[in-house]
Amino acid sequence: MTVNVTIRIQEADFDIAREISALTKGRTDIGAVVSFSGICRGSEGGAPIAALTLEHYPGMAEAEIARHADTAMSRWPLTGVSVIHRVGRITPGENIVLVLTASQHRQAAFQAAEFLMDYLKANAPFWKREESPSGTSWIEARHHDDDAAARWTKS
Amino acid sequence: MKVKYFAWVRERVGMAEETVEPPANVRTVEDLMAWLAKRGESYAHAFETPRVIRAAIDHAHVKSNAVIAGAREIAFFPPMTGG
Repeated sequence: MTVNVTIRIQEADFDIAREISALTKGRTDIGAVVSFSGICRGSEGGAPIAALTLEHYPGMAEAEIARHADTAMSRWPLTGVSVIHRVGRITPGENIVLVLTASQHRQAAFQAAEFLMDYLKANAPFWKREESPSGTSWIEARHHDDDAAARWTKS
Repeated sequence: MKVKYFAWVRERVGMAEETVEPPANVRTVEDLMAWLAKRGESYAHAFETPRVIRAAIDHAHVKSNAVIAGAREIAFFPPMTGG
């Protein structure tokens, strides 16, 4: 079973329907596609934000996401995985990240998508800087993202 | 070896990357952070709380006791906030 894997880091926005179509095109072995998109909120901790700027480590970000995708494919019977992560300046309401998983049956697709997001949040080398009326500051990592990633190692 | 800095580590150090030649007694990531901290005030400020700094060697996460010999590129950055 060949797995269709797409990993992209880009400034431009993505079109979710087009990405799903690319993942499923020509295949008759896909019974389930799960999509998660992360979106820029208009406030952080109750305070309004004007924009987020995402910095990343070119080279390592792609390698780390690929490692996560490989792990997901070894744990679940997936027919496709797409991860697209935007970088640069992003304003409230805009897309930040897309995770798509495809499989014959839904359990693998649901679980792999959640696993990938938990791992992405904890390990992928990206950093968010927020712009707000009170100035610019780096968003701090939250321990519960590390906890979310850790729970996947118990099973 | 090349050293890269990201996010507020980069802002405090004042540059995105540089090439360094640490002495042989600088053996681990932890040793390297302590050695870099001594290069000047901006470095000391960047590395003042080493336990919050994360490191990667040749594009893979490593712990602070990882050995740096043979590394082509070492990066230092804050905990990540992607996704």
